[in-house]
Amino acid sequence: MSAPLLTIEDVAVELPTPRGNLRAVDHVDLSLEAGRTLGIVGESGCGKTMLSRAVLQLLPKKAKLTGRVMFDGQDLVRLAPDSLRRLRGRDLAVVFQDPMTSLNPVLTIGTQLMETIQEHLELDAPAARKRSIELLAAVGIPAPEQRLAQYPHQCSGGMRQRIAIAIALSCEPKLLIADEPTTALDVTIQAQILDLLAREQGRRHMAMIIITHDLGVVAGRADEVAVMYAGRVVERAPTSALFKRMHMPYTEALLAAIPKLDAVPHTPLPAISGRPPDPTRPLKGCSFAPRCNYASGRCHEAKPVLTSAEMPGHLYACFHPIRMAEGIEA
Amino acid sequence: MLNFIVRRLLALLPVLLAVSLLTFLIAALLPGDLALVILGDQATPENVAALRRDMGLDQPLWWRYLSWLGHVLQGDLGRSFRTGQTVLQAVAERIPVSLQLMLMAEFIGLLIGVPVAIACAARAGGAFDRFMTGSAFAMLSMPSFLTAILLIYLFAVELHWLPATGYVPFTEEPLANLRFFVLPALTLALAEWPGIMRVLRSDMIATLQEDYIALAKAKGLKPSRILFVHALKPSSLTLVTVTGINIGRLLGGTLIVESIFALPGIGRLLVGAIYTRDLVILQGVVLLVACGFVIVNFIVDMLYAVLDPRIRHGHA
Repeated sequence: MSAPLLTIEDVAVELPTPRGNLRAVDHVDLSLEAGRTLGIVGESGCGKTMLSRAVLQLLPKKAKLTGRVMFDGQDLVRLAPDSLRRLRGRDLAVVFQDPMTSLNPVLTIGTQLMETIQEHLELDAPAARKRSIELLAAVGIPAPEQRLAQYPHQCSGGMRQRIAIAIALSCEPKLLIADEPTTALDVTIQAQILDLLAREQGRRHMAMIIITHDLGVVAGRADEVAVMYAGRVVERAPTSALFKRMHMPYTEALLAAIPKLDAVPHTPLPAISGRPPDPTRPLKGCSFAPRCNYASGRCHEAKPVLTSAEMPGHLYACFHPIRMAEGIEA
Repeated sequence: MLNFIVRRLLALLPVLLAVSLLTFLIAALLPGDLALVILGDQATPENVAALRRDMGLDQPLWWRYLSWLGHVLQGDLGRSFRTGQTVLQAVAERIPVSLQLMLMAEFIGLLIGVPVAIACAARAGGAFDRFMTGSAFAMLSMPSFLTAILLIYLFAVELHWLPATGYVPFTEEPLANLRFFVLPALTLALAEWPGIMRVLRSDMIATLQEDYIALAKAKGLKPSRILFVHALKPSSLTLVTVTGINIGRLLGGTLIVESIFALPGIGRLLVGAIYTRDLVILQGVVLLVACGFVIVNFIVDMLYAVLDPRIRHGHA
């Protein structure tokens, strides 16, 4: 195997709050090879978005970042602002969660596409325009030429997310980070957008990180899945291995919380009871212990570290991993 | 777009009607008999009564308003009984002075306020931001007569760079004209920029938190492009409002600054009309200035649509 395109090494993010420092990301290690897809899964506030912002170097000004983010041989954390700027948008692209707010309301779609192309590729305006039209067509937008002169509010939500994807793809990035790309969209559009991302990824051989709270989103699309809880990666495995046999009680609970089509009507959804721990008051033991059905005294005393399971590449951080018999058949 | 303009224009009609009624009432309800003022203390009651009949002052108020409005609509705002000049002549003579003062003051105000606001917002909470926000606050609390006197002292008395008072028309001596206008315009601008700066700064700071600014950064755009193209336009709606209000206000001349610098503008015309109880001039000038204010605000409304396509397309 070649050297990974992206390596996140011991990354921690702390945000100062009036109640003390909030540890949003707690010493995370991850890596991703060119052309592959990593899914980062966790409930709201688990630090998955902060981790993606750390990779993009788009953290709030007051946030404190430690560790290294090696991308294509360079440490993004220590990169000069100008070199970072040249990398962003060209090799490193992003699609945000809400296409209603991520496009500038006062600039035309054409401007927002062409400015990225012209910033990074040496193309004149007519060439950039031609490329923009091709990109819009590639992401499935009808009458792309007319769209260029329109403003975001003249397009539907799904259409806007397609435009945001076209912008992200405009300079053939090596890595695309999709931060909850379908959460703000209608259910009927979600699958279309995910399929579009998967298709363009295959066609362009780019690496992709999909961030989501929905294990179902990554199930058929990611090569590897990292499950985050309270700022830490608590389970990490090749997707097939994870769904065959998950070890973390938290992962199991996440999966159980997805509505199922074949469930009897009016079946209550098994939500995860309790709330995530206060990130400004780190627990001594396992962060999930207060909400876990399997927790013992040991779980409250010490933090489990990521340990290898029998399957190669499968890591989990739990003292009481779920056994096959107790797991859910996925 | 045309539909939008027509809709806004129709909405102006009741406003203009209300303005005309109020200006009429100001003059009509002031204490004192206009006929008595014109004829002086020596007048006989018969003469006063005759003049009152002549001027229609014996008619009921609503009738006087309608006949005045009728004349106004035909472009006849009346004639000063002191100088014999019509209102339109008097205003036409003075308006270039006030207009030039307004334009120069707004220009200087924006020239200071906008770059300072952008620089402050780009590094909100930094040393420059804190210093300029403090200075703006100090400037806001300084009355214009004090600024005027300080500027005259510094630039006219001590340094002899600029004349303290006076006026020549631009068409006669352009350079001398500009020199006369620098200090009064600067006086006004020093009062204008803090408002401009504070409004734009806070809107910019809010805009810079938006997702689309994060995306603009993620696209690898240059910081200058992010500030000027992505952030400035959506942040400038309040700025346009404030500038519109300033322009409307300065359009009516500035009583204090025009008086201190001896500029023959609308402000001095109004002060004169008040002192001499020249009600026709007073009424006419107030009406014209108020209409100017309404029209400036109409233009501001149009500018919103230019700045924000969502307003243009009726989505907001």
